[in-house]
Amino acid sequence: MTGIDLAYWLPVIFAALMVVAMFAYVVLDGYDLGVGILLELASDTPQKDQMIAAIGPFWDANETWLVLGVGLLLVAFPLAHGVILTALYLPVALMLLGLILRGVAFDFRVKAQAQHQPLWNRLFFVGSLLATVAQGVMLGRYLTGFAPGWAAWGFALLVGLSLIAAYALLGAGWLIMKSTGDLQQRAVRWAKASLGFAALAALLVSVATPAISPRVFELWFSLPNFFLLAPVPLVSIALFAVMAYSLPKLAQRQQQGNDNFCWLPFAATVGIVALCFFGLVFSIFPHLVIDQLTIWQAASSPEALLIMLFGAAIVLPTIVGYTIYSYRVFWGKARDLSYL
Amino acid sequence: MPPDASVLDPLLLARIQFGANITFHILFPTISIALGWVLLFFKLRFNATGEAKWLDAYAFWVKIFALTFALGVVSGITMSFQFGTNWPGYMQTVGNIAGPLLAYEVLTAFFLEATFLGIMLFGQQRVSNRMHTVATVLVAGGTTLSAFWILVLNSWMQTPAGFEMINGQAHVTSWLAVIFNPSMPYRLTHMLLASGLTVAFLLAGVSAYRWLAGQRTGGVHASLKTGVYLAALLIPLQIFVGDMHGLNTLKHQPAKLAAIEGVWHTERGAPLLLFALPNSETRSNDYAIGIPKLASLILTHDLNGEIKGLNEFVGEHPPVAKVFWSFRVMVGVGVLMLLTSWLAAWQLRRVGEPAPWLGRVLIGMTFSGWIATVAGWYVTEIGRQPWLVQGVLKTADAASNVAGGMILSTLIMYLALYVFLLASYISVVFYLARKAKA
Ligand code: HDD
Ligand code: HEM
Ligand code: HEM
Repeated sequence: MTGIDLAYWLPVIFAALMVVAMFAYVVLDGYDLGVGILLELASDTPQKDQMIAAIGPFWDANETWLVLGVGLLLVAFPLAHGVILTALYLPVALMLLGLILRGVAFDFRVKAQAQHQPLWNRLFFVGSLLATVAQGVMLGRYLTGFAPGWAAWGFALLVGLSLIAAYALLGAGWLIMKSTGDLQQRAVRWAKASLGFAALAALLVSVATPAISPRVFELWFSLPNFFLLAPVPLVSIALFAVMAYSLPKLAQRQQQGNDNFCWLPFAATVGIVALCFFGLVFSIFPHLVIDQLTIWQAASSPEALLIMLFGAAIVLPTIVGYTIYSYRVFWGKARDLSYL
Repeated sequence: MPPDASVLDPLLLARIQFGANITFHILFPTISIALGWVLLFFKLRFNATGEAKWLDAYAFWVKIFALTFALGVVSGITMSFQFGTNWPGYMQTVGNIAGPLLAYEVLTAFFLEATFLGIMLFGQQRVSNRMHTVATVLVAGGTTLSAFWILVLNSWMQTPAGFEMINGQAHVTSWLAVIFNPSMPYRLTHMLLASGLTVAFLLAGVSAYRWLAGQRTGGVHASLKTGVYLAALLIPLQIFVGDMHGLNTLKHQPAKLAAIEGVWHTERGAPLLLFALPNSETRSNDYAIGIPKLASLILTHDLNGEIKGLNEFVGEHPPVAKVFWSFRVMVGVGVLMLLTSWLAAWQLRRVGEPAPWLGRVLIGMTFSGWIATVAGWYVTEIGRQPWLVQGVLKTADAASNVAGGMILSTLIMYLALYVFLLASYISVVFYLARKAKA
């Protein structure tokens, strides 16, 4: 051995990769699920088409991050994968139902017979909403270590509803960047509305998590952690404030044709999501199933992890590279989707 | 036993659920893999000749491709959760092998196809023509690559190699032996040809439908010709490869082969059964009709060659009737494919268009590739039972402890969804065909 303890570090590296994949998923599919949730609020069908055009070229690759995240859990931590997914059997099935409905609605909503198209638009919305709530419930169940009882389930439901606000905010931020005119104006209004809900949700979840989990309470409210961690909530509050302040100004300027800083709401939301993620990982590490399994107990053998690490080290940068390329190709305001 | 114990048997339900999900999933990859290459072909023909008909063909089929791809992606996401929810014992035993193979599939294939799909579908106006061609190649290549990885894994489950068992867990001794396991080359070739044939008949069937509906345009004719000639070219190859595949199975999974042929007692000069009702009670066939000695001839290239019977594998062989009949459905469809595609090719050569009755036969065969493909997979997968990984892990030992009622309720949900989506898919394909401008 070269002095590096592979059995210690490989699971850590894979846990980190998994967090990155999940974060990428939440931000990327978050904005396109968010657009799906907002679809019901569009003024008419052409506006719905515009909204879909803003996510059309990306959604498939976005969902692949979920496949990677779950895949990493499966291949690197098979033990935890079994425990977690059997415990989440029902919400997983509902999430899949939602993802399936909205994924196919992308195509059916424009290709099906005219009289069926409204149905597919509706299913696009319903599927997005269902997938979002189910993901939130999964997170909520996970955070309590799959505890039984109505308090734990109520908490899970609360997280589920909160995620609607978060994704709607991401979706609205994305639309502000990718659209102009009436849609953009509406997107700013949607962002303002979701902002309130998201702030409330963030507050509730931040209070409820330590309340329901003594472990988390201990971690965050002991000294010196309390002071070291203070920037996390403070910066989040600052980002919320920045948005609350800038959204009305943005709407005014955009009405006059000045589109500067149209990326600000989206970027600020991503910042908030990143801080939430940090908080989450901090609360859980090094457990994979809270109070049951650590990453080392659940990991595959070092030899299997190593062969995957080689692959990941070469391929992941390539993936990031061509993902950036694809976003550059579709840079700027969205245009109508057309195959030719 | 309480009356509902058998209905809610979690193992049985988990198997049905897994089978239902993968059966639904495979329908769409089978089309997207080969249709990607066909679209590339249309595009290259247009670039080379500048003829509008190739562009028309591309414009129509890219819509079907997008729709199919979406269904493939969402049903695939379901698959990636299935291993954990239904078969936790699988990863615990062979995770060191299955894990890296699945990881490589996600990393090398899924991101590639998913990312460049956006550019292929919606990027025509935004990138150069050359870059668009590159994106098309990457999407088609990505789907093929993902077929490669998943078939490596599946073949390894049929004919495991390159590993040793330590404390009940498989550890790799040679990745080359794992990847190039004995049945991989046959299975991969057979599946890629199956994909090509499925698409060929889809092209031919939908184009015949448009042709008979009066859309006699260059684009429809070009699609029809492409489909018919592709089918006529691939089907003999498929039959040849299928035969070699069977020889390979005889060598490595003799119990599966005995079930395919319906051979109960080891015998020399075994007949090729065209019809029979394998009876697991009496361990013999009822109403057998066969061609004497032909099975021995095909499988051992000797009229009196010996074929091992199922009785040598009591307790370790698959349910016979399911395998026996699935195999006959697949081969039956293959024979039909041979007849129709050669007849249609001959007519296209001579007359330039298919006779109306033959056009209607082609329409009837539109989704014949699906039937043969699913039947083929049933032969393969049911034929492996009771093993999940041949000789290493039994299916029953991999099941999860999720309650039967839970599995049953999600199963019903999935089935309802699949029926609805399948009906929508087929109806939209024909709707697009009707609506396309003549
Ligand atoms: C012979 C080919 C084949 C077979 C046997 C399978 N698949 Fe598949 N799969 C594909 C060929 C394919 C594909 C052609 O690559 C798809 C279809 C459309 C697409 O987008 O990619 C795909 C999509 C697809 C996706 C979505 C990828 C994305 O986000 O783009 C996942 C997660 C899986 N599959 C997973 C599986 C699993 C776990 C399987 C087995 C148990 C499986 N597939 C069998
Ligand atoms: C793509 C076409 C496929 C089809 C149509 C298919 C079909 C089936 C069916 C019908 C069963 C149930 C057999 C039985 O229980 O009697 C089954 C089992 C199974 N197959 Fe496949 N399969 C396919 C591909 C794959 C692949 C690529 C893998 C893995 C890499 C795989 C892994 C499994 C597993 C884990 C089981 C569980 C055992 C069981 O249910 O009995 N299959 N499959
Ligand atoms: C007509 C002659 C054919 C023969 C002799 C033949 C032979 C076989 C055999 C022996 C197997 C099982 C291999 C095993 O699991 O050990 C198989 C599987 C399969 N067949 Fe065929 N086949 C034929 C035609 C077709 C056609 C026309 C299609 C589809 C268009 C097809 C699609 C499949 C598929 C998808 C599988 C499962 C995957 C695999 O094991 O390769 N086959 N075939």
